[in-house]
Amino acid sequence: MDRPGLKYSARLVKSGLCEAGAPLFGIMEDGITWSGRIQEEHILEEVLNTLNFGSILFSPTAEPFRSITELLAGKAQPSGSIVPDDTETRTFLHEIPVISAFTPGEIITALKRRKGAIIPGRGIITAGPVTPEQAFVTFSSICFSCYVKFFSDYYYYTRGVKKLPDSAEKIAPQALKAYRSALKNISDFPSAKGPFTSDEAVYAAIVEAGRLTVSSGMVDSFFGNVSALFNDCIYITQTAASLDELEGCIDCCPLDNSSTCAITSSSEYSAHRALYNLTHRRTVLHGHPRFSVIMSLLCDRHECANRGRCHTACTAKRFINDIPVVPGEIGTGPLGLVRTMPAAMMGRGVIVHGHGLFTAGACDFTDAFTSLVDIERMCFEEYCRLVQF
Amino acid sequence: MPINFGRTGRVLLINATERSVSAIETGGDAATFFIGGRGMAGNFLRPFAHLPFDSPQMPLIFMTGPLTGTGAPCSEMLSVMSKSPLTRTVFQFSAGGTFGSELKKSGWDGIILTGKSTSPCGIIIKDSSVTFEQSRFIPEMDVSQRLAFFSTGSAAVTGPAAEHGVLFSSMIFSGDTQQSRGGLGLVMETKNIRYIHVRGSGSVSVHDLEKLTAAGEDILRLVSASPVLTGDHGFSRYGTAALFDLVNSRGMLPCLNFRKTCYDGTDPLNACAYDRLYGTVSYGCTGCDIHCGRRLADGRPVPEYNAMVHLSALTGNTSVERTLLASALCAEKGMDPVSAASTIACYMEITGKSPDECDIVKLLADIALSRGEGELLKSGSLRYAAAASRPELSMSVKGLELPAFDPRGAYGTALSYAVSTRGGCYSDACAISHEILRKPVATDRFTFSGKPRMIRLAEDARSAADSLTVCGNILFAASLEEYARALYAVTGTETTGHDLMLAGERINYNERIMNYICGFTSADDDLPARFFSDPGTPGAGISIPPLDRNKFLEARSTYYRIRGLSADGLPLEKKSLELGLSWTDPD
Repeated sequence: MDRPGLKYSARLVKSGLCEAGAPLFGIMEDGITWSGRIQEEHILEEVLNTLNFGSILFSPTAEPFRSITELLAGKAQPSGSIVPDDTETRTFLHEIPVISAFTPGEIITALKRRKGAIIPGRGIITAGPVTPEQAFVTFSSICFSCYVKFFSDYYYYTRGVKKLPDSAEKIAPQALKAYRSALKNISDFPSAKGPFTSDEAVYAAIVEAGRLTVSSGMVDSFFGNVSALFNDCIYITQTAASLDELEGCIDCCPLDNSSTCAITSSSEYSAHRALYNLTHRRTVLHGHPRFSVIMSLLCDRHECANRGRCHTACTAKRFINDIPVVPGEIGTGPLGLVRTMPAAMMGRGVIVHGHGLFTAGACDFTDAFTSLVDIERMCFEEYCRLVQF
Repeated sequence: MPINFGRTGRVLLINATERSVSAIETGGDAATFFIGGRGMAGNFLRPFAHLPFDSPQMPLIFMTGPLTGTGAPCSEMLSVMSKSPLTRTVFQFSAGGTFGSELKKSGWDGIILTGKSTSPCGIIIKDSSVTFEQSRFIPEMDVSQRLAFFSTGSAAVTGPAAEHGVLFSSMIFSGDTQQSRGGLGLVMETKNIRYIHVRGSGSVSVHDLEKLTAAGEDILRLVSASPVLTGDHGFSRYGTAALFDLVNSRGMLPCLNFRKTCYDGTDPLNACAYDRLYGTVSYGCTGCDIHCGRRLADGRPVPEYNAMVHLSALTGNTSVERTLLASALCAEKGMDPVSAASTIACYMEITGKSPDECDIVKLLADIALSRGEGELLKSGSLRYAAAASRPELSMSVKGLELPAFDPRGAYGTALSYAVSTRGGCYSDACAISHEILRKPVATDRFTFSGKPRMIRLAEDARSAADSLTVCGNILFAASLEEYARALYAVTGTETTGHDLMLAGERINYNERIMNYICGFTSADDDLPARFFSDPGTPGAGISIPPLDRNKFLEARSTYYRIRGLSADGLPLEKKSLELGLSWTDPD
């Protein structure tokens, strides 16, 4: 029963969210199986027994996430919560509770309400009611959301609009330096060349594009979606599929509406389809690169009537250099990005406010992936310019 | 007098024998313990669980939930509970439409109907006024004609099938999109009540409207992000029939009484075929944000997924038009199409009749009107197969015919069929959500590992959702975490998702106790032998082996331990008291 826990532990370490040996998974079936040991195992055991979840994950975070979560937690009221503005939080996490002590009572109270919580001085704890993957995803999402919130707040701090503890002056440069180095080191680009001539080639190209998006280090949340148009079908990643594990997780959706097999396809299938209808692109790549998201959140129009509702109500024609930033929520609702993103795809890519970046390719993923990297690098450098780093 | 936010605090007790009415005050612990809806109905049903379904003392209970009538998303369902004529278990179903909100606006959280009228009659509820009247229906009148009597408010009616003693007779509600399962229409018929019409002029008090709006936005955001519900190929676009292609591609689509698990005929029977042949538009229950119902351009409803599959592939019918006719017939006669079609499939296998030799529409009419072979079939597949000395050919659990997901292709689904308190039902634990639809995460469908806990937790969640009277489909997107915020906003009482899960556990356990009182044991928590001996239909590089019986039994034992039951699947006094439930030892 400990294998799933070990698999996700390895992924947390590989993605730089945790240090080796730090993640501790508790998996409950008939009894509880732990993936490792900590001194306060009895505390987590009480939590798991009380809440009856299938699994729980506790881990200290690695830098810079440790300093970032500590800083944000310190700003939250005791037993308060952090509410980042990004789509991940708004849609799935809602808020991130901060608990004041590593005690069963505090942890249980937080996890009764929400999927995960920050324990200052200790780390992050998350629940996986059904499988350990849920705990892993929530952990990853909390790290991502906190990172985005910190750098969003830091921008306003440098503008004198927001207050942050002095430690922010130390955390931000170090984290920016590390990320600049990571971006610089991206050297793997898609090898699959189009136009594709078979289903197998399409599947392989999508798998490769997903894997490279994750291995580039640009995304902390492993979720996004990838598609290609081939033979009047959209081949698209399934919902809740990890970009670095796409084998067997790609749906083939005929454009003639003869099948509904794509009921498991990505929640952005409609947006991909609309994009193919409106343009001559053959591939679409969507991820949540950190600084594309952060830059989309920054706006100096503090008196704007839509402030606080930018993700759906922003009417400004916003650009980060040549890249449009549009509002829109996940999916197909009346405020969904399906109504904004496809029409805005005139050039290299489109950023959806607080959510992520869409890029499109002419015949394979080479240009889509290159655009993803280039736009993220551009957003990063633009951010550095704004905060004078 | 304190305001009962989200609740009226009063349940209407109707005695059909005496034609008398009274009110029961509720609230306090019971409201917290059982939430409302399914939970509260179970609480009221428990003292009568030992009675047969047709005893005049057996209550037929209609319960709203604390979110009914508040505007919370997808929360207008109504829980209906009694003892099932078909399964002899306690049985609950959720009905859509406006009956629940009309009832609450009349000042009632629910209705407990007991007794037996001396002649067929109807009950008219208008706010606090309750009157009996001689039934307006003429015998064998179709359901649509019956509902047409009630242009305002909302009505619950029975159909001709109930008049003819069909054990899977439905109860039909104005504005609902489906025929109910379990035969509770017959329970109403045995009380000689043909309809209940309700119209309310009041309103439902909400503690904090602003917070409710925010909670509703969180829920609707998740609905919009759900491919299953609102995606291009999801329920909003194609109805629940959207599942047809996916389930078929997984080798889980039951054909010919579960002898095959993949439809490979040349005539398309999927949701797209209906769309292409007739053009369809969506519709939904009142207060619904998903709209999982589909109608043809000519107004006829497209059958929901389980009915669509069973009225076609399961019975060897390859005509979309005949499927529509069969579905319409079930709707007009007031009977569950899933049980009806499955019984016909069983009949075909036992008699060796081919699909060409069986006119499914005629057989359905014969069942509804109890004539010809229909007289044998109206008691469901288990009784029919047992009478033919072939009980193993009834594809049912506890007498409830299985829905359209073959259990050999998804082991959590297999386990959930076996242990569901109401019989062969997938919706109690909805394991297809993670085994097929990848929500909230994908799980390996060909393993029992981890499934007992998943099933137990999902059953608790569904029990709580049914008690809030939230539509089950919403659980493909949102969870009790979001609905706890809505409940808090409505009632003003701090509630967490975990609190609701605990209540869900209590509600489910209470139903297990009632089934125990009715004599159910682990022998009833089992699947038809076919699934342990015959493989499913291989395809797309996947083989579908028969279920491993030992692994199934091991998983069931684990489930029993996790659920707090004995090794024989029986409820325990200690666990019962731990959950705050009273204990009854049938011995």
